[in-house]
Amino acid sequence: MGWTGQVMRVNLTEGTCTPEALNMEWAGEYLGQRGLASKYLCEEMDPRIDPLSPDNMMIFATGPLTGTCASTGGRFSVITKGALTGAIACSNSGGYWGAELKFAGWDMIILEGKASSPVYLCIIDDKVELLDASDIWGKSVWDTDAWIKTRHQDPQMHISAIGIAGENGVLYAGIVNDLHRAAGRSGVGAVMGSKNLKAIAVRGTGGVKVDDFLAFMTATTAAKKVLAGNAVTGEGLPTYGTQVLMNIINESGALPTRNNRDVQFEDVHDISAEAMAAPSGKDGKPNLQTNQACFSCTIACGRISKVNEEHYTVQNKPEYWHASGGLEYEAAWALGAAVGVKDLDALTYANFICNEQGIDPISFGSTLAAAMEMYEDGVITDKETGGLALEFGSAQALTTAVELTGKAEGFGKELGMGSKRLCDKYGRPELSMTVKGQEFPAYDPRGIQGMGLGYATANRGGCHLRSYTVASEILGIPEKTDPLVTDGKPGLVKAFQDATAAVDSSGLCIFTTFAWTMEDIAPQIDADLPGDWSVDRLLEVGERIWNLERQFNLQAGFTAKDDTLPKRLLNDAAKTGPAKGLVAGLDKMLPEYYELRGWTKEGVPTSETLSRLAL
Amino acid sequence: MNITLKLFASLGTFLPPGAARNAIELDVKNGATIGDVLTQHCVPREICHLILVNGIFAPPAIADSKQLIEGDTLAVWPPVAGG
Repeated sequence: MGWTGQVMRVNLTEGTCTPEALNMEWAGEYLGQRGLASKYLCEEMDPRIDPLSPDNMMIFATGPLTGTCASTGGRFSVITKGALTGAIACSNSGGYWGAELKFAGWDMIILEGKASSPVYLCIIDDKVELLDASDIWGKSVWDTDAWIKTRHQDPQMHISAIGIAGENGVLYAGIVNDLHRAAGRSGVGAVMGSKNLKAIAVRGTGGVKVDDFLAFMTATTAAKKVLAGNAVTGEGLPTYGTQVLMNIINESGALPTRNNRDVQFEDVHDISAEAMAAPSGKDGKPNLQTNQACFSCTIACGRISKVNEEHYTVQNKPEYWHASGGLEYEAAWALGAAVGVKDLDALTYANFICNEQGIDPISFGSTLAAAMEMYEDGVITDKETGGLALEFGSAQALTTAVELTGKAEGFGKELGMGSKRLCDKYGRPELSMTVKGQEFPAYDPRGIQGMGLGYATANRGGCHLRSYTVASEILGIPEKTDPLVTDGKPGLVKAFQDATAAVDSSGLCIFTTFAWTMEDIAPQIDADLPGDWSVDRLLEVGERIWNLERQFNLQAGFTAKDDTLPKRLLNDAAKTGPAKGLVAGLDKMLPEYYELRGWTKEGVPTSETLSRLAL
Repeated sequence: MNITLKLFASLGTFLPPGAARNAIELDVKNGATIGDVLTQHCVPREICHLILVNGIFAPPAIADSKQLIEGDTLAVWPPVAGG
């Protein structure tokens, strides 16, 4: 079966590493990764604890397909109570780290407590130990990666690490693995930093067994053919990456611009996939160098880019002249349209800094956008910013702010609080584009109505990846729905949420679902694991996970009042584009959504719902 | 009448000389359909996956019947996605 059956429990306070058996009963109910680790978290931790206290648990979890040859079977998630939100956090990453953990013989790493001094966890197959990290505390993700590989004389180690941002308590600090893939959202890196845990380095030399080898090869081969033959996953994503969305979302009138004051960005072309692929600079070479795949992925949507060596950000910094990860769509939006900046090299450099120092670019860009609006309004002045002119459109403001945020210096300390706390501090809470304290990403719900409900109800706070209705509302996958209407969206959002929860628990990448349906996914899991894993069972697991996460949040103190959107989206109509005159129609969708979920009008799962889902 | 044609991603190569930022203003005959404009510029119809007129979705199946009007913006993409 796809599990090693082994979990490593690390008590950072005691300095102990203790293996234990994976709870197979829970694995049968929650599949793996997001679902299974959330079950562990809910069973073992009081949801009311302070996320930055030693009481918070942190779980690095693989799925049953992680480390297999199923296409995209390399995903892992970090599950904890989010530092940014206080809600349950599950941040998903690709790269090679997750597969390597499975090869080392571990399905999950559970971290408890807090180390008395900086440490890193070193996993070389069944040898697991906490080692002194005082020499790398204060170093970037990139330097940490190189230091650990050098120390262990093993370039094939895979490393998940925090940068300076996570050490300094930037509340949206992420955890970066393999240099530029990230468990980026909800402040999981801040939790890791609060535990004095700098990195987890893994080297595995084993493999992964599946339950029925012949059936598994048959199912995964058939599924790969579907990906290769699909125009989106076989050609569109590898060629243009997610960044091709920039012009689509802008034309659709749903590109949040200058802190969601506008829904279209006049300079969108300059920060688009088309601009990344166009010749630039004196050498005539484009920003985009190549694409890149994560472990076992046959899509390869990742972007690898370079900053023009003559650009002001890197002119005297040859250490940034190499090609590295980005820009992906969400980051390009956050570092571009959200703050009104059109300088592609500045965006690329800012994205490099986010990867180097472990910063979530979505939350950073959105927080900077709110700060820029307050600067424009005179609420924040040069006195607070230390003379940095936080003007919309200023590339200099963007690149300086990201450096300061990573280092937690000057006004960067304030930006590191996130948009909600920053806007509260300066008395302008309405300017924070957040849900449950988390900055939402690159789709304005006035132009894509389903995304408004998705943001409002996402268990980890404002997020596009919990129910990516953009696929249906804009791209027509699996079928086209009208982005400007609310009718039918509660059911659409629920369906996306439940299916996504299952995919996020499998070890697969959600991007496969641009081509795959659950009918393509179920046979792969069924062959991987013992028992019968049908589409119906997976969707039931997904719904169970969604309700489990909801229960965590309710116990943590969230209520239906938190299932909302910023007033700007609810009250101020879009000024241009197809959505001109529209606001986000959340009030038309939320009651029906609660009913479809089997929740009360107060957003609480009924006893019948909990019983039906065996919760 | 004047319209704006925008062709993105791999379709950008079908834009005529004079296009900038993946867009060009065109003078087309009154009553021209989406299909007329695409055919005029040799854009392979089978890869016209996402068609927006003024940002509103136009199913590829109606491309030959959907008439454009003065000032319209026609934007077309091949099969793409993101997130």
